[in-house]
Amino acid sequence: MARRSHPALVAFAVLVYIFLLGPLVIVAGTAFSDTQFLAFPPQGFTGRWFANVFEVSAFRETFWISLQVAVFGTLLSLLLGIPAAYALSRYRNQVTKAFANFFVLPILVPEIVFGFSVLNSMSVGLDLPIFTTLLLGHMIIVLPYSVRVVSASLANFDYSIEEAAVSLGSNRLKTFFTIVLPNIRSGIIAAFILAFITSLNNVPVSLFLTGPGISTLPIQMLTYVENFFDPTVAALSVMLMSFTVVVMVAIERTLGLSYFAR
Amino acid sequence: MKKSLPWLLLAPAALAVVVILLLPLAGTVGLTFDGREWYSNYVAFFRSGLNLSVLYRTLEIALVTTAISIVLGLPTAHVIARSPKSRRTLLIVCAVFPLLTSTVVRSFSWIVILGRNGFVNQVLQGIGVIDTPVGLLYTQTAVIVGLVHLFTPLMILSLVGVMENIEADVLQAASSLGASPAATFRQVVLPLAMPGIVVGSVLVFTGSFTAYTTPQLLGGDRQTVLATFLYQKAMISFDWAMASTIAVLMVVLTVVVILAMNSLARRLNPVGA
Repeated sequence: MARRSHPALVAFAVLVYIFLLGPLVIVAGTAFSDTQFLAFPPQGFTGRWFANVFEVSAFRETFWISLQVAVFGTLLSLLLGIPAAYALSRYRNQVTKAFANFFVLPILVPEIVFGFSVLNSMSVGLDLPIFTTLLLGHMIIVLPYSVRVVSASLANFDYSIEEAAVSLGSNRLKTFFTIVLPNIRSGIIAAFILAFITSLNNVPVSLFLTGPGISTLPIQMLTYVENFFDPTVAALSVMLMSFTVVVMVAIERTLGLSYFAR
Repeated sequence: MKKSLPWLLLAPAALAVVVILLLPLAGTVGLTFDGREWYSNYVAFFRSGLNLSVLYRTLEIALVTTAISIVLGLPTAHVIARSPKSRRTLLIVCAVFPLLTSTVVRSFSWIVILGRNGFVNQVLQGIGVIDTPVGLLYTQTAVIVGLVHLFTPLMILSLVGVMENIEADVLQAASSLGASPAATFRQVVLPLAMPGIVVGSVLVFTGSFTAYTTPQLLGGDRQTVLATFLYQKAMISFDWAMASTIAVLMVVLTVVVILAMNSLARRLNPVGA
């Protein structure tokens, strides 16, 4: 830590950060431009593009669908992921290790391939309703986050507390809900947030699993951007980035942002 | 305690992965065998010059994106790792923020910058370099710029961890023994950072190799890559056999690249692996 970085390296790093964050600043700027097209530097100042986001009914409708899919998909993944994470950290052996790797599969398979496969097998093959396949698809892509983050939080849990409760006569299920679960609460919240934002931002899986009347916000934005050039999407982007800030504060309070740089 | 308990706890999640991920994937593999011979669709894919050009373009974009993200990520991660704690946290926050922002938003930002009325064209016209706007969008460069923007934070975060573990004493020792900064970097920093470079490269390569949103928005029909090609075949020309073939090739190539990078890493760094 004692050695400072060379000034040239620091300058380079500053340029990299300008490259990473500058475009987002530019989008935020164009959102306020009083022009019919995307302009930077913004000309004039208006909030009407923000109002317009709420005027476009497709954005309103798809926002609700995205929200429902993200909330219920994440809850389902936690419902499956928490027991699995408990088993993985409680019974450490070769078999559970293999299972831990198995649960990474949804991240390894390219999302676009997964989306297409679910369309082919479940939407068409089993004739399931669009919303169901969309929900199941999102549940699977966020499952690794649920399992991993909850496992990480269980790794710090002292199982002798659980043993103590059991040997004092509490049954295992009750012990799990009254002793284990409250102790890993922040891990579960962090898993929820990470899974939620992953689901909310997803494009490649939703791409194949949306249909007539049912679409998600990112897919709708994609369609809008390809057809219109006014700053409405820039205004929507600013709203989504503000939400990202909220998410980051929540992650910092539960998991710690250092989770991202291990 | 009952021996079956761990199984009961693992079964629902494992079953969901099998039923919703693996079986549909098997279905997709099955669709590719839907020809005169089981391999007919694969032969058809590799016979077409257009398909091959899409494959090469995708590989080239992914490789260049990975290389640039290493070049941008290494010095940045080095600076982050050597910063005082409070600034370090700020820098990590600034790298995580884009990562959690929608890919549509981030690709859209490059439309604003590279478009005909975009930032770059305005600046170039303003200083008199060009008279009429130049087409920067829908080029391979635009796609690469967008993907580098998308994935460099992932590379930085993969590298910060390993960079922090390189102790200042080691660098001090190298330079006091007479190594130039370049030699220290090549002989000390680079080998020690190799595990992070490999993890980061695998993430960036597979991510950019299979990306859909960025190539679609910044490359359009002119810069078709495997992911957008798969979508076109499946949803526009309804050629599901070819779409499945592309899907299987994407999975196979992703796995091959991950294995190759891991073995390369082991050869470069026999101690660390």
